[in-house]
Parts: sequence; C-alpha cells; structure tokens
Amino acid sequence: MSASFERGINSFKEVLDAPIASFFSSCVHCGLCAESCLFYTETGDPKYAPIRKLEPLRRTWFQEYTLLGKLAKAVGLSKPVTDAELEEWAPLVYDSCTMCGRCSMVCPVGNDLTYAIRKMREGMAAAGHAPEGLITATSRAITSGSPAGVKWATVQAQIKRMEKQFSMTIPVNQPDVDYLVLMSSWEILNYPEYLGAVGRIFKQAGATWTLSEHAYEATNSGIQIGVSDLARELVGRIVKAAEDLRVKCVISPECGHAYTAIRWEGPNLMGRPFGFEVKHILEVLDELRSAGRIRLKGTIDKPLTYHDPCQISRRGGVYEQPRKFLKALAPNFREMSDTGTMNWCCGGGGGVGANERAEPLKIVAFKRKKSQIEELGVDTMVTACANCRVTIEEALEHYHMDVEMLGLTELVADHLEESAS
Amino acid sequence: MKQPAASPVGSALRDAGISRREFLGFCATLAAAYALPSSSIQAIAAALEKAPRASVIWLSFQECTGCTESLTRSHNPTIEGLILDQISLDYHHTLQAASGEAAERARDEAMQGAMGKYLLIVDGSVPLGNAGYSTIAGVSNVDMLKEVAKGAAAVIAVGSCAAYGGLPAALPNPTGAVPVSQIVTDKPVVNVPGCPPIPVVITGVLAHFLTFGTLPELDEHGRPKVFYGETIHDRCYRRPFYDQGKFAETFDDEGARRGWCLFKLGCKGPVTYNACATTKWNNGVSFPIQSGHGCLGCSEPGFWDVGPFYKALSMPIGNVKQTVGIATATGLAVGAVTAVANRAKKAAAKAGHAKVGVEDLEKKS
Amino acid sequence: MTCLEILTWARGPGLALALAVGVFGVLLRIIEIQALGRKPDFATPRDVTPGSGWRTILSRSLPPPGMMKRAPLTYFGGYVFHIGLAIAVFGFAPHIELIRGLFGIRWPGLPNLVVDLATIAAIAAMVAVLAGRLADPVKRMLSGFGDWLAWALTFAPLVTGYAAFHHMTEDYTLLLAIHILSVDLLLALLPFTKLFHVVSLFVSRWYNGDIAGRKGVAA
Repeated sequence: MSASFERGINSFKEVLDAPIASFFSSCVHCGLCAESCLFYTETGDPKYAPIRKLEPLRRTWFQEYTLLGKLAKAVGLSKPVTDAELEEWAPLVYDSCTMCGRCSMVCPVGNDLTYAIRKMREGMAAAGHAPEGLITATSRAITSGSPAGVKWATVQAQIKRMEKQFSMTIPVNQPDVDYLVLMSSWEILNYPEYLGAVGRIFKQAGATWTLSEHAYEATNSGIQIGVSDLARELVGRIVKAAEDLRVKCVISPECGHAYTAIRWEGPNLMGRPFGFEVKHILEVLDELRSAGRIRLKGTIDKPLTYHDPCQISRRGGVYEQPRKFLKALAPNFREMSDTGTMNWCCGGGGGVGANERAEPLKIVAFKRKKSQIEELGVDTMVTACANCRVTIEEALEHYHMDVEMLGLTELVADHLEESAS
Repeated sequence: MKQPAASPVGSALRDAGISRREFLGFCATLAAAYALPSSSIQAIAAALEKAPRASVIWLSFQECTGCTESLTRSHNPTIEGLILDQISLDYHHTLQAASGEAAERARDEAMQGAMGKYLLIVDGSVPLGNAGYSTIAGVSNVDMLKEVAKGAAAVIAVGSCAAYGGLPAALPNPTGAVPVSQIVTDKPVVNVPGCPPIPVVITGVLAHFLTFGTLPELDEHGRPKVFYGETIHDRCYRRPFYDQGKFAETFDDEGARRGWCLFKLGCKGPVTYNACATTKWNNGVSFPIQSGHGCLGCSEPGFWDVGPFYKALSMPIGNVKQTVGIATATGLAVGAVTAVANRAKKAAAKAGHAKVGVEDLEKKS
Repeated sequence: MTCLEILTWARGPGLALALAVGVFGVLLRIIEIQALGRKPDFATPRDVTPGSGWRTILSRSLPPPGMMKRAPLTYFGGYVFHIGLAIAVFGFAPHIELIRGLFGIRWPGLPNLVVDLATIAAIAAMVAVLAGRLADPVKRMLSGFGDWLAWALTFAPLVTGYAAFHHMTEDYTLLLAIHILSVDLLLALLPFTKLFHVVSLFVSRWYNGDIAGRKGVAA
C-alpha cells in the first residue's frame, strides 16, 4: 500500500470531531493566534497564522459535515481540497508548528488549535505529505526501537558508564518495582547523566526502580508525524513492559512530547486506562521531596532561569514542581517575561527537530527565546526536556550566545544532602 | 345654513362677534404653523378678510360622524368652528336642514353655481366591494364622489377613513373600502387624517386655501407638512422621561402616576406624525398622552393593522411562538437527519481506515 | 407599501421569519457539531477538575498575559465593540421590551445617554477594527466575503439604530423599519456566518478548558 490523497481525506473525515467542529465554527479571524505563535512573530509572515495551517481540514469539515458547506460545494462556492494543496500545506503543518499550544491558550473563542493540528497530521501523513526527516525517524523508531537508531547495546554502555561514575547498580528488567524509568534518545546519546541522576535520587529516596530492555525509549515519533497506528505500536511496547514487570509507575523522562505520548495520548491510543501510573520525572521528584524522602542542600548562586517545555508545562500541567526546586536551590532564580503555561517554545518540538527541512525556520523562530534570555541577562538556563535542550544548545551556538543549559533532574541529584558534591 | 355667497370672510366673522384681536391671533397661529415671519400676519389677515366665501360640499361615506363631531361640537364656539361656519357649506348631510330630494338639489345647485371652484370635503371611505354597501339617495359612494370631484377645485379627505380607508378598510376589509385618493386621481387630494383629525388642522388647511389660493405642501401621504411634519414623540412633554429610561410599566403604577413615558404601554408616538402634542385637543386642554394613555397612531395609514395598541413598538407582533416552534421542529429534524448522515460518513471513514504502517508513509507513484 | 407597513412587516412576519431561520440554523449547527462526537478520554485526569470547561468559558474573556501589548487594537477594539454592543442591545429600554416580548424576561433599562455613548463607542470601534482588518496582513489574509458580510450585518443595526434614535432623516418610521429589518437580517444569517461564534464559542471554550483542565492547566 502507499500513501494517497484519498487516504488522507478519509483520515480527515475520521479525525474530525465535535471539538474541532466547534473550533472551526467559532473562529472570527481575529488573528490573535498569529500573535501568539513564534513562527509568525519572528518571521512576520502571515501564512504562519495557526488557524490558516488548518485550512484544508477546515474545508473538509465544512464540505463534508455541514449542510451549508455541502450546498456551497455543490454550487462551486467552496473549492474541494486537492493533493497539491496538501503538499503546499505540509511545511505549515509540520515545519512551522511545534504543537506547543500557545495559540490554544490565547484564542479568545477558546479554539484548541493544537488539538486540531495533531489530528490534521493524521491525514497529512496518510496522504504522504509528512516530511522526510520525520518519516525516517518514525521508520527507525518502529524498526529499531528508537528514532535516532539507538540500540539496547548503546544503553547498556551508558549504564555501565553511569554505574562506574556514581558507583551504583542500575537495575534492569526488575519486576515488581515502584518505577519503570524511560529515556529519550537524546538522553541516551547526549545526556546520560540523567540516568545517573535518577539512580542517585532513587537511592536516597529508597525507591525501587528498573530499566527495561524492551522499553527504554520514551519518545514517540508516531505522535509527532501524526500516525496513531504507529504511535500505538510504540506506546504499546512501553505498556507491555510495564505490565510484564508489574511496575507501579512509569516515569517519563525529561522529554516533552514523550510525556504527552505516554501520559495523555497513551491510554487513548490503547483504548483503555493503564494499570499503572504515568508520571513525569519532575512530578516524581516533587512527590519524593514532599514526602521527605529526598533532602536538598547547597545552592547555585548564579542567576538562572527556567525554560518551560511546552508539553510538560502548558500541555502537561507540570509547572509548579520545577519552580519549587529552583526556589529552594537557586536564590537568583528569575522568571522570563512569558513563563509557565504562557512560555515561548524553543522552536524545535513537535517533530520540527527531526525535520531537516525546517532547520532554517527553527533558527529564526529561536529569536524569541534569544530575546527572552537577553532581556533577563542570565547565562544559565534550566529545563526539563532533552529536546528543548538540544534545540536551544544548537541555536545558542548559532547565535554565538554563551548560555549554559542544565537539566533539572541532574541539578537536583547534584544537590542531594548525602551527595558527594 | 346657507349664507349669501358674496359676503367675504372678514365681515362675516365680525358679524358673528369675533373681535379683531381674536382674528389676528388666529392669523398669527397660522403664520407660526407655516413658519412665516410675523410681518406676514397682517398680509394673511388682509387676504383672509377679503377672501370670498368659498363654496364647500361635504360628502360623508363609510364613516362614524366622529370627524364632524370633533369639528362642530367640541370646539363650539372656537374661532376654528366659526371659520367653518363662515364658509359656504352648501351640502353636508349631517348638518344641513334640507333632506330628501331638496338636499340633493342643493348639492346640484352648489356644483352648478361654482363649477371648477368649489371645495370638496370627504369623510369616510368608499366601498368598492359592492355598490350597495353605502349609498346616498340611491347613488353609490363611488359614483357620487366621481361626479362631485369632477367640478371641484380641490378635494380634502378629512379623517383617516377618507385619507387611508381607516376602520372600514381594516383587515379583512369586508366592504372593499378604499381612500378618496384611490378614486380621485386627477385632482389634488389633501389628506387630513386622524380619528378624528384635530379641528384646527382642518380649518388651517381651509384657511390656507382661502388665504393663498393654493393647497399646502404635502408629505408622501398627502398630509400637510406643517401639521404632520413631526412625530408626537418628538414634541411630547414626556420625552425627557423616555431619554432617562423612565417608563410607566402599567397604567396604574408609580411611573404612570408620575407621568413617565408610555412607550412600554404601546404608545405609537414615535411613529405617528401629527400635531396633537403641540396644538392639543379641546381648545388646548390636553391630548391622549397627557391624559395617561399612549398614542394609538390614528393619523398613520392602516393604523388598525400595525400591531396591538398596547404592545411596545419594539415588541414582536407576528406569530413568533408558532413560527419559531415550527423552526425548532424543522431544525431538530434536519439536524437529526444531518447527524445520522454525518455519523454514517464518519463511521465509513473509520471503517475505510487502512492501518498505516511505516511502508505507507511515502507516496509511491 | 408605506413606511409603517414596512415597519409592521419588519417587527411582525419579518421578525418571526428571521427568528425562525435563526433558530433553525442555530439548532442545526449545534447538532452538526455535537453529532460528530468525541472519543472518551482514558487518560486519568491530573486532578478532579470539575468545572474547568465552565471556568474557561469565563476566563477566556480576559487577555492572557502579554497579549494586550502585542495586539492592542484587536483587544481594545474588541472590548469596546462587544461591551458597547451589549449595552446598546441589552440596556436600551425598547430592546428590553423586545426581549420581554420574546422571552418574557425583563430588567431595568439604562438612560438613553449611556446607550447613546455606548453605541457611538461600538460604531467607532467597529470602524477601527475594520481599518485594522484591512491594514493587518494576517487579518487581511484570513478575511474573505464572510468576514465583510459579518461586519456589515453587525454594523447595519448599530448605525441604523443610532440614526433612527437621533432622527437623522425626516422619516423616523422608515429609519426604524430599516433598523428592525437589519436586525431581522442579522438574526437570520447569524448561524450561517462567523457570527455563530456567539453560540459556538461557549462550546469551544468549554472543550478547550476541559482538555487543558484534565491535564491540570487552567486554560
């Protein structure tokens, strides 16, 4: 079988639901979504207005599911959607949208545009208009278990490194433990310290945990490319491992969309609630600290700020937890001008990072974060998403900015009372 | 009743005991109504003094005599009434002494004597449905009107029935009543509507004709602009309450006692063009709104059929409940059909969903 | 047809017809939306957040932090227009009588001066947002026939109402008739233009608030 325009339109018809219909019905073309979207604010190009990115989906809804639209189509007042149009729209839907959800917070009539973009990608992918980079990443995730092609052997190598560095044992495939720890490819490849940090923290907390040979990768390219069939398969691997090991809780790592994939979309992809909890690592850390199971000491005195990963704060509800830690650890913690659930995206989420075609645009979009950092005058930025971290580090390099990026979990691990540092 | 036709208006008035001061006062009122400078009062007086007494034929068709009553009884002995007395009212079947063939002869004589110069005043509407609905001396209203109008200098339709058809023409208009202007089309017809019209307006139009020898300027409904140029609402002494949003809600509440605006009680003042609020009635004593009742809009065309008297102007007057009820049922029905069709379409899309595998992501053409 | 007859038609059969079309359209469109359904959410909500949808219905009326500064004309013009229109529609005694006639509910009206100023403000805001729509590249790109139509449908009752109230031409009755006709047109076309947002925004805001609320975010 091959991707086809017909499959795309069929998919549009399938994903259109009451919320999306209400969103399209409500839009008054006020343009405020554009003002909230960094792809518009940083380029000034009106084609990046979020609502416009949905135009083919909107017309499909109008023509297929409204009486007025059926009439308009019949008399030729509403043009049918064409494959050429979808092709033209692909860069708008994939390259200039990180599904960060900022427009969904701003829309005065309450349209959750991000929700609609996510659904629209289903049709775009089925019609064969997903970007090459995302197709490659998704294929790799399905075939090799990781979008970056990370194999279990690589993980094992990092485990050994961390065990040596922190003189600890990292449990693998342990059943009946509290936590199943997942990682994102970026953490495995670039930031293995995360694994060490988790180990140290759980050691102090006395929590039992494990990695799984069958489910170590938390990211889900299926979500980003917009193919639920593939997303289901990827989530299913984690669900199976968690249920086989009978863990109480699966921990999503410092990765934004992984959290969305497992925590919010996962049960819906599987079509059932999970028999275990899903938490973001920051939630777990906060719970452990509140319960007095981990204690912090020392402070970082340099001024620093926190970059809210969209999927974790705005689309995930985890925005108080990191601030509790930062207020305790960093007396000079400063908030950016737009923060928390109104943060500005790094520009590389939602599959944009895996999409080479979007590279130049991503760099332009970063100007927003750049000016936020400059406005604050800090040279340290903490975050809790490896993808944000990679995107920001690359862009900082591009703009020759000397700003250090830190992962919050490592920061916490480095300030444990019994920690050697 | 019959006066010597040669006697001019002025001397006749003096014979009737009207002082020069009172006469000039009337002329001043007239000048003000026409917005003429005060210097013109003397000229009007002079013209009126010298005006020959015009011959007037008054025909009454489908009417209630209210217009005549209004003119003769309630104003006696006002100057307006006397002016009317002093014209040569050669035929008026309610007021004339003659009856039967003598009466009809009087009409013939008046027509022959002043052919092309007499004024024709009509009250009441003309039934076209069946000639037998209203006849005078065996002559149908329409035939008589046509005959008398032929030799008239001008026609004045007094009262809303003559002007617009009035009550007889109200839905469903059983007699096929029509206004004078629909029968007389080759001559100027001045409409002096009202149910009844204000006496001074009738006499004012006559005075205008006598003074200037012309008919006054008319609006699109054939009404003299000087008397019908403004709405009751605009000239109403209760207007400030409207502006402040103070309304009587019922006829006996505090607002009603305080004399607040009657808009909510259905007053048609805002859409009624007449002089009631300025000239008032009963020699300037009062007018409906002053007595606590909203304007009925009686000087407007078709006032019987433009909604209930006691519903505010902005309120719906159609059968909203029934229409909306039908619309609701239709909306739900069409909605249900659309819903079923859309759900089927969506279900078909779901059924037609071919599982997307990694090999399906690219278009192989 | 005399002006009074036009007025009588406008507030009689015209209004009934307009309401009928409007009610038909609103019901149809609500059903069209709701019939598409929504999958159940199997993800455990973060908190039990009853009313997050309802809260968003209210909270979305306020600009999110920083947005007022980014789009002052859109927000300021939008507020002045909507508030001015609301005052004119719901504060003017004759309008309240209309609503009483339709639904049997009533409340005290505002002094005409207040209504008058609100109307002027709303008209001015509408002109300003129209200029803004023409000048702003995003809005211009998003705008089509429907947008200009919706603007005109809303502008007409405001201007004709203002003109009628101030007797801006000799024939008040005709102005009032045109005013009510323009309202009839607005009511009839409301469900079939973007003006439908007056109904559907409650649905959209509720969904938005509910989706975000389940994740523990006050949207």
